[in-house]
Amino acid sequence: MKSLLKHRLAWPVIALAALLLLNQVFKPDFMSLRMQDGHLYGSLIDIMRNGAPTILIALGMTLVIATRGIDLSVGAVVAIAGAASCAYIAASPEPGSPVTAATAVLIAVVAALALGVWNGFLVSTIGVQPIIATLVLMTAGRGVAQLITGGQIVSVSNDSYKSIGAGYLFTLPVSILITAAVFALAAVLTRRTALGTLIEAVGINPVASRLAGLRARNIIWIVYVFSAVCAAIAGLMISSNVTAADANNAGLYIEMDAILAVVIGGTSLAGGRYTLVGTVVGAFIIQTLTTTVYTLGIPPEVTLVFKALVVITVCLLQAPKARNLLSRLKAAPKPAAQEAAKEKVAI
Amino acid sequence: MRMNEIVPVVEMTDIAIGFPGVKALDGVDFRLFQGEVHALMGENGAGKSTLIKALTGVYAIDSGTITVLGEPKRFSTPGESQAAGISTVYQEVNLCPNLTVEENVLLGREPRRRGSIDWKGVRTRTREVLAELQLDHIDPGSLLSTHSIAVQQLIAIARSVEINAKVLILDEPTSSLDADEVRQLFRVIRDLRNRRVAILFVSHFLEQVYEISDRMTVLRNGKLVGEYLTRDLSRMSLISKMIGKDMEALAELDQAPARTRASNGAGVTPFIEAKGLGRKGSVSNVDLSIYPGEVVGLAGLLGAGRTEIARLFFGADKADEGSIKIKGAGQRIRSPRTAIDKHIGFCSEDRKEEGLIGELTVRDNLVLVMQASKGWARRIPRRVQDELVAEYIEALDIRPANPDALIKNLSGGNQQKVLLARWLVTHPELLILDEPTRGIDIGAKTQIQKLVNKLAADGMSILFISSELEEVLRVSDRVAVIKDRALVAEINNDDVSVEDVMTVIAGGAQ
Ligand SMILES: Nc1ncnc2c1ncn2[C@@H]1O[C@H](COP(=O)(O)OP(=O)(O)OP(=O)(O)O)[C@@H](O)[C@H]1O
Ligand SMILES: [Mg+2]
Repeated sequence: MKSLLKHRLAWPVIALAALLLLNQVFKPDFMSLRMQDGHLYGSLIDIMRNGAPTILIALGMTLVIATRGIDLSVGAVVAIAGAASCAYIAASPEPGSPVTAATAVLIAVVAALALGVWNGFLVSTIGVQPIIATLVLMTAGRGVAQLITGGQIVSVSNDSYKSIGAGYLFTLPVSILITAAVFALAAVLTRRTALGTLIEAVGINPVASRLAGLRARNIIWIVYVFSAVCAAIAGLMISSNVTAADANNAGLYIEMDAILAVVIGGTSLAGGRYTLVGTVVGAFIIQTLTTTVYTLGIPPEVTLVFKALVVITVCLLQAPKARNLLSRLKAAPKPAAQEAAKEKVAI
Repeated sequence: MRMNEIVPVVEMTDIAIGFPGVKALDGVDFRLFQGEVHALMGENGAGKSTLIKALTGVYAIDSGTITVLGEPKRFSTPGESQAAGISTVYQEVNLCPNLTVEENVLLGREPRRRGSIDWKGVRTRTREVLAELQLDHIDPGSLLSTHSIAVQQLIAIARSVEINAKVLILDEPTSSLDADEVRQLFRVIRDLRNRRVAILFVSHFLEQVYEISDRMTVLRNGKLVGEYLTRDLSRMSLISKMIGKDMEALAELDQAPARTRASNGAGVTPFIEAKGLGRKGSVSNVDLSIYPGEVVGLAGLLGAGRTEIARLFFGADKADEGSIKIKGAGQRIRSPRTAIDKHIGFCSEDRKEEGLIGELTVRDNLVLVMQASKGWARRIPRRVQDELVAEYIEALDIRPANPDALIKNLSGGNQQKVLLARWLVTHPELLILDEPTRGIDIGAKTQIQKLVNKLAADGMSILFISSELEEVLRVSDRVAVIKDRALVAEINNDDVSVEDVMTVIAGGAQ
């Protein structure tokens, strides 16, 4: 039990469980799932579906953060992806056809690739600090999205496109399936290859990595491109869900939620060891918080404060100093034991 | 003994500390008296640093007691032990490089005047402290980073004088100092001893231990072997106590055999040939060739430019003048990556900053160069990794023999072995070893010297850098002497003595 508590995922999982339980207490049917017209419904499903864009973006963000970087431009990429695909569909001669939808998706992804390459170029080749480099796209990106949509909200009506964010497949929302697929892809890509280890090496000690012959530039490029593609998929989901592209508000502040999810999940902003599972748990915590606020009937004005409190608590629980203090209160041993716990390889 | 009648400054009894899978300390007793220099001895991983960290509050002890001047203490942070008068200088100097000398000496204890720092007072006080240690030549207003590691260490010691420390702990302070600097350090240590400071000293250099220490405590595998007066314990018996083997077994620890010189007669192309190699602000005009199967030693004082030459050969720094030929063909080495592709390896002297990926495992660290060469997409299969790691853990006797241990949790000497193995697995044609035996115990040191011999015999070219001239002479076929950032002489190593090389270093070009 004690060693379980020291697992790096212990606190995030406990926090999530506590939140879910709290909801269960106030809303007895909270955990129940029901089947209707072959679709699965329930609060848990809602949480997953509403959280899907944040999870996606947080997955990309995790790898970026692991290399000591940060990607502030994800919100803007969400807006651009939604704008580009919706504008294309709206302008196309066959706005309802599946082919149009597929092309729109392709356009969004290709745009994301280009944006990721741009970020990667600034960070790895030019050597701009990640926070500044991605700030460029964060501010400029929304402008680009507005140019694409002409400052209007572009509505589309295309059933294929709509299914990305609002459709069902095998009884589950498509957005959940897409997110799961991206998660699996990221896990396999980083742990079946050496990418994960090399990302961590660059994040932990860039100087030593260079002397070991690591091509840090390529790795940094990969993570920023991956982050942008994740953001684009999230952008498609968001615009598809409301069948419209809103260049001003789509994905607004989503970078904050994503960064929070990563940190709550247990990946340090200082770079190095990361955990994708932790990030998913972190994103669930954030999404569940929003739900909890409604369940408990907390006035929306208080929501942000409430969120902040939970976030602070989880982060504190993870800070080495606070952990030491805690373990000392419990008269438990030394920091080394916790480090050994971190040793457990997480995906 | 008079010492036994007085209360020890520090007394540790029955100390135990365990980490998952390792008992780092197991029932260790330790006493430290005023006015003595006490050497803590043991092989790599014996538990020396851990004992020090127990005393300084970095690690909490699982059991046992610690008393300071007869008073039971329980330190849970380094700050608490410092407040009790225990001051520590670690091998990696823990000062602030971007502050001045005086700021570092008085950090957090600056004299104040009406609430704000009295800079004049700071300067005066720092001058006083430095003068006490006869270190007047150090300018209190200069940036710490402008000084060599040796001077930085002395400044760290000055800080402990300033806080009136009763106990001064020095964990491997001499491993990166040259002979002169060691002399200066020892003078300061003796001075402090005369002022009744208790000094705890760790070093793998027996010469130094015998020169400076009054008593020693020997640890082996986390257990106490015993406490001895230095003058009562011969070197041989000390070594046998550290490694836990009889005198007879020591025979095989004998020095690595002298090199049989590699032939680099006419007609053989050198593996690497540098002409006029240099870089602004670093070294200039270096002509140096290394033949296959040859060990070339770089000798010179600290800061002479040995590491800089190594970095140019490896592309860690880009040369801006001169040329390099590899196997007779002109090449540009733009980065470590290009150097590795041309089968050059470089084991840096700066373990922490330039070697270790601390949070990764021994396995990941050991295969890092190989993996980086294959690229991220072609992961070395786990089975192959395990085989390689097992092979090198065995060959270099890396302890604990656990591929999944985080490398930052290994003892200093064992970390060094993993970093060495990182290059050996790639079978380079030229291996540049910058202080490869730093922080390594005597047994392992001989082992590494023998390994260098063997690698060269198998045809590898080796550039061997060490502050220890004896070692350079023992392993190399040829010695290049570096002075003031230039190569001043090349000596064929037949019957050359340390003194000969010292003369060259002192005298300049031949
Ligand atoms: N934080 C830690 N977590 C796990 N194991 C540790 C930790 N610190 C030390 N150890 C283990 O404890 C043992 C003693 O290590 P220690 O660093 O005290 O050795 P040492 O005598 O200082 O060796 P060296 O001469 O190589 O510096 C080693 O086996 C080491 O791997
Ligand atoms: Mg040590």
